[in-house]
Amino acid sequence: MVRFQNVGMRYGLGPEVLRDVSFELEPGSFHFLTGPSGAGKSSLLKLLFLAHRPSRGLIGLFGHDLATIRRDKLPELRRRIGVVFQEFRLIEHLSALDNVALPLRIAGVPEQQVKDHCAELLTWVGLADRMQARPATLSGGEKQRVAIARAVINRPSLLLADEPTGNVDPEMGQRLLHLFVELNKIGTTIVIATHDAHLLQTFRKPVMTLANGELVVRRPRGE
Amino acid sequence: MLRRPSDLQLDRDPSGRFLPFAVTLMVFLAMLATAAALALSQSALGFQHGLEGRLTVQIADEPGSSLAPRSGRAAELLRQTPGIARAEEMPREAVAALLQPWLGRDGLTRELPLPALIDIELTPGMAVDLDALQAHLADAVPGARIDDPRPWLDRLSRIAVLLEGLALAIVAAIGLATVAMVVFATRAGLAAHRDVIEVLHLIGARDAYIARQFQAHALRLALRGALAGTALAALALFAIGRAAAQLDAALLPPVEFGPLSWATLVALPLVASLLATVTARLTVLGALRRMT
Ligand SMILES: Nc1ncnc2c1ncn2[C@@H]1O[C@H](COP(=O)(O)OP(=O)(O)O)[C@@H](O)[C@H]1O
Ligand SMILES: [Mg+2]
Repeated sequence: MVRFQNVGMRYGLGPEVLRDVSFELEPGSFHFLTGPSGAGKSSLLKLLFLAHRPSRGLIGLFGHDLATIRRDKLPELRRRIGVVFQEFRLIEHLSALDNVALPLRIAGVPEQQVKDHCAELLTWVGLADRMQARPATLSGGEKQRVAIARAVINRPSLLLADEPTGNVDPEMGQRLLHLFVELNKIGTTIVIATHDAHLLQTFRKPVMTLANGELVVRRPRGE
Repeated sequence: MLRRPSDLQLDRDPSGRFLPFAVTLMVFLAMLATAAALALSQSALGFQHGLEGRLTVQIADEPGSSLAPRSGRAAELLRQTPGIARAEEMPREAVAALLQPWLGRDGLTRELPLPALIDIELTPGMAVDLDALQAHLADAVPGARIDDPRPWLDRLSRIAVLLEGLALAIVAAIGLATVAMVVFATRAGLAAHRDVIEVLHLIGARDAYIARQFQAHALRLALRGALAGTALAALALFAIGRAAAQLDAALLPPVEFGPLSWATLVALPLVASLLATVTARLTVLGALRRMT
């Protein structure tokens, strides 16, 4: 599903923030991505959700080589990827419901279906009475849930989340993580960037650790 | 119907706010220039049709030789010339009436030595050698001279073509200015919404999806401006028409626009709006291709 081979990445003419990163994600797998702040977790996710191009190395995604894929094929790939951005990146002038609806509308899903589907999902994440609220009036945890709902509304086959529990109390963090575990059970491949050691302890999943731009993959004992 | 909100809130942008006013001015100017060109070409054509196949022979009033017999002789000679269908002496009152706009009606014409005029109609499709006819006529009737309007008509139609070209150039320049304004407004909008556009891209939006919002916005703004410009131009043309009607009709033949002329005028605001739409679309598509 995802394959990195000796991938390097830099911002502009700056130093390489990722060096010789190689790994592979099987369909239906669940990985944490950890490492100290500034280690390159967000940068690695940007490569995965096609916001950035590598400066060297090979990236294969859904069987396509990203170096040679045509630009007009990218939307199709992106629609198979759900992203929870680190700063949520909700659209400020749209209600919670309309934010969640975006991926469906972009994909041309009929409007009645969009409304029903989004209302159902928002209810499921506990935001039934906040659907018409603008992001500015939502708490950090509520925004996070809207962002997660937007990432999963289109049933992505790959879900990427950048510090999805960063802004919520530990209890809400656990609840959100359970949501990802549920999605994983129905076949979604998941990568969650976090530096919350407690989460890694609780959910015993394979961990990819970044340090100084280099990646090490560890499997939890007993797996 | 289910209302669907716009992802990019373009109607709140300050960058597009001046666009309707600019389009108003552009459409107004373009319609006036076009109307002027149409009126001009129509009156030039009118002159041409009115004078086609017509010649005038002038016989100067010379002291010591009376005018009437010479005029009669010339008319007779002309009638016998092949290619001339009709040759008729104009009554003196008619000649005086022709000069009236220039000389006034206060009896001055009665004392002036007026020339005699012979109105000639050529047989359609038959060539007449005017130089030979002139020479022959001058031999037979002293002081007779053919007034050929054709060189004058040629000059008139050359001037008309020149002025039409000028009007076309003005309209083209206005079109270019409109395109430039839409490009600037669209670029400003793209910069202002860069962040949202990136999010839309990352969740799978195609460039065309984003371009559609910009082009719809440009169309709305341009249509609003074009409508106002059309209204202003209609008012101005009406006022000019009224003023022209009050001028002496001898100077300007009346101009009546046909359906084609009206269609051309009405097409201008629509073309301007379409131009704005297409420009916005191409600007967005070009910019996005460069962006990622
Ligand atoms: N947009 C950017 N431009 C330049 N440098 C960046 C940018 N984003 C991140 N970096 C740098 O890349 C390195 C890795 O950052 P990041 O991937 O955000 O780390 P993490 O998410 O693990 O905290 C840091 O040194 C950071 O300063
Ligand atoms: Mg980060």
